[in-house]
Amino acid sequence: MSATEPRRWQGISFDERMATVDFRVGQRAHITVDADVCRSCTTKACVSACPANLFAPTADGGILFNYEQCFECGTCYMVCNSEGALTWTYPDGGFGVVFHNG
Amino acid sequence: MTDHITCDAIVVGAGPAGASAALALARAGRSVIMVERGQFPGAKNVYGGVVYGRVLDDMVPGWWEEVPVERWVVRRSTVMMTPTQSVSVDFRTQAWGEAPYNGMTTLRCHFDAWLAEKATGAGARLLTSTTATGLVRDASGRVTGVRTDRDGAELHAPVVIACDGVNSFLAKEAGLLPRAEASHHTLGVKEVHHLPPSVIEERFGLASDEGVDMEILGCTRAIPGGGFLYTNTDSISVGVVVSLPQLAASGVRPEALISDLTAHPTIAPLLRGSTLREYSAHLIPEGGYDTMPPLAADGLLIAGDAAAMTLAAGLWLEGVNFAIGSGWAAGQAADRALVAGDTSARGLASYRADLESNFVLTDHKRLRKAPSLVLSDRVQQRYPGLICDLAEGMFTVTNPTPKAGGLSMTRRAAAKHGVKLHQLAADTLRGLRIFG
Repeated sequence: MSATEPRRWQGISFDERMATVDFRVGQRAHITVDADVCRSCTTKACVSACPANLFAPTADGGILFNYEQCFECGTCYMVCNSEGALTWTYPDGGFGVVFHNG
Repeated sequence: MTDHITCDAIVVGAGPAGASAALALARAGRSVIMVERGQFPGAKNVYGGVVYGRVLDDMVPGWWEEVPVERWVVRRSTVMMTPTQSVSVDFRTQAWGEAPYNGMTTLRCHFDAWLAEKATGAGARLLTSTTATGLVRDASGRVTGVRTDRDGAELHAPVVIACDGVNSFLAKEAGLLPRAEASHHTLGVKEVHHLPPSVIEERFGLASDEGVDMEILGCTRAIPGGGFLYTNTDSISVGVVVSLPQLAASGVRPEALISDLTAHPTIAPLLRGSTLREYSAHLIPEGGYDTMPPLAADGLLIAGDAAAMTLAAGLWLEGVNFAIGSGWAAGQAADRALVAGDTSARGLASYRADLESNFVLTDHKRLRKAPSLVLSDRVQQRYPGLICDLAEGMFTVTNPTPKAGGLSMTRRAAAKHGVKLHQLAADTLRGLRIFG
C-alpha cells in the first residue's frame, strides 16, 4: 500500500483521487490555452468534462489551465468549441502521466 | 548535425497494436523500430479491462503459460440498475478457467510490456521515452519517416505504422482522422481499489485465479454510457464509460459518476473497506465501422485505437484484441509491401483486405448498428428501469391480492417508463437483427 492511498473508499475527495496518480512533470507546458479566445466561449465544456479538473474559469471570463496533472486523454480539445483556444501536444518523451494500474 | 536512422519499418506506439505490428515485421526478418513516448509500454494506457486471448494463439503459442494475468474471467455478469434496484444476468463457466482460456483481467503496464518484449525478443528495437512529433514526407506527400523529440532525430523507413492511440496525431496529420470529432468518442474514467485477494474471492465466489467481469447499464444518469467492474488479483477496477459530447453538455463531473456507482447498494458491498490505488481516464474511439478512417496512405498504415478499432457493441466490449488483430495484420501487410517493393497506399492495400476477411472488420461490419442502439434513449434511460420494475412486480408477493399476469405487468412497467409495447417489440427485433 502506498502512502498516498486514502484510507476511505467512499466519499473520496478529488484531491485524494489525484494524489493517487503518478506524474513526471516536464518543463514544457504541452497544452496551452489562449484565454482571449476562451472569453468569447459560452459553453466552457472543458471545465466540467476534464477528468483531471484542470480548467478553472476566471472572474474575467477566461480560463486558467494547469498542465502538470494532465491524463493526456484529449477530452478538452475534443469538446472545445472555440477554434484556436487550445494548443494540444503530447508531453516530451518520458514525461507526463505514468499509469500503474491502467 | 543529428544522425538520422534508417530501417525497414517504423512503428509508433508500443501498445498492443504497435507491439503486434513490430512482432510480425521482426519475425519476417525486417529491421523495425518501435517508438514509445511512455517510460515503458503501457505507461499511457488505460482500459477496463479484460483481454480476450484467442487472437494470441497463432502469434504466441501457449501464451497463457507466460502472460502476466491477474485473473481468468469465469463469471460474466450483465447488470441493469436504477438508483435503488438491479437485475443481474450472471453467467459462469469453469471452461473459461482452464486452458486455452477465454478472457483475463490484466493491467496494461504489465500486459503491454509483455507483448512489447515479444517484439524485442524477435529483434525489434524499442525506443521508450521518445515522442514522435510528426511525419516526415517527401515532395509528393508520401510518408518516409517520423520526427522525434530525441535530439530532433528523424527515423526514416519506406513504411510507418501509426499505432499511436485514440488521439493519433500522425493519422490526423496524414488526413486520415478528423482533427476532433467528439461524437465518435466516449470517455472512460476508472478507479482501482485495493482489497486482499482472499476478500475478493469470498465476495465474488471465486477460486484463487478466477475473476469476474460485470457490465452495468443504467448507472450514468442522463448521459448515454455504462459502468464496469472487474476483479484483479488484489484490486477491483470500477468505472464508467460515457458519451463525450453528452458528458460535456450535461456539466456533470466524470468522477461524480464513479461516486454514484461505488455508492450503489449493489456495488458498495463489493468494495467496502477497500483503498483507492489509482484514478485514471482515457478516451475510447467508439464510432464503429461507419466512422472508421481510411487505413492506409502512401508509406503509412494505421492500427489499433488510431484506426478506431475498438468494438463497443453493448454485449461485446473489446479493444485490446482488435488492436492486436489489426496491428498483426498491418505488420504482415507492411512486410508483403516491402517484398514487392511498393509501399504506396495501393501496395499496402492487402491490410484492409486481410481485416475484412478476419474477425476484425467482419465483427465491426456485422455490429455496425450496435453502438446507436446501445446508446439510444430507450436502452439507456427506459429499459433498465422497466426491467427492474418488471422483476420487482413479479417477485413482490401481493397477498391477498392475486398475482397479476405477466403481460399486464409488462404493460404497466412499460407505461410507467413511457415505452409503447410496439416500441419494445421493434427494439427487440432490431436487437435480434444486429446481434443475431
